[in-house]
Amino acid sequence: MTETTFTPLSGLIGGALIGLASAGLLLADGKIAGISGVLGRSFFPAAGDLGWRLAFLVGLPLGAWLATRVTGDALGFAITERVGLLVAGGLLVGLGTQIGNGCTSGHGVCGMARGSRRSLLATLTFMATGAATVFVVRHVLGGE
Amino acid sequence: MQRLAAGLCGVVFGAGLAVSGMTNPAKVLAFLDVFGRWDPTLAFVMGGALAVTAIGYTLARGRSRPWFADAFSIPSRRDVDLRLMGGAALFGVGWGLVGLCPGPALANLSRGSGEIFVFAGAMIAAVVLHRFAVGRSA
Repeated sequence: MTETTFTPLSGLIGGALIGLASAGLLLADGKIAGISGVLGRSFFPAAGDLGWRLAFLVGLPLGAWLATRVTGDALGFAITERVGLLVAGGLLVGLGTQIGNGCTSGHGVCGMARGSRRSLLATLTFMATGAATVFVVRHVLGGE
Repeated sequence: MQRLAAGLCGVVFGAGLAVSGMTNPAKVLAFLDVFGRWDPTLAFVMGGALAVTAIGYTLARGRSRPWFADAFSIPSRRDVDLRLMGGAALFGVGWGLVGLCPGPALANLSRGSGEIFVFAGAMIAAVVLHRFAVGRSA
């Protein structure tokens, strides 16, 4: 098990940057910065609706790369090496966010920021099943 | 202009994910591990993001249109159905298995890590499959 330390200040600063990007995309382009929605609708897009999506999506790894160049990747990166877990996790995240119309950014940030009851319920739900999954994996099965 | 703004927002969003530590799956799993060595950082990330985004929505309410587009595209649905709750539940299980949601999965592509390619590949495959099967009109 990989333990991490509580880093509230960098959390708040990073969170504010995420908020700045979400508010910016709304005020500039009128769009919701929900990653699963931006990604999902870039396949079979409506006419003229693809360019901004690709620009935003390409910006994500670019921004993360720039930030780690500046901060020196202080908060690290540790991920499971089990291919089965990676594939199952990726499929569930991809499918679940499309069926439920949103993820941590779309429901958790953008939806909750505008007071959407749908987004609040979705966020509580994925937090609960996420915590339950970690509980089962770590404390019932005792893996990782 | 619309694309340039979107690209810039993507860069700032990705930087925020990295600065907050949310690109580290171990940190996300430690937040979800409420009965283990709990790391509440994610709550602070979400709090910071919510506060700033809410200001953006307040500013947007006073405007008839965004700077570089004809209209605001904001979801209007209010109904809570099985798709919403079931989809969110499935997403949470996948999130809890690896510690990655869509934003960090894409932001981490810059690491060139094999694990990220496998996860993001499976995620994108599921997204495309869903779009192809049912979601094309959505």
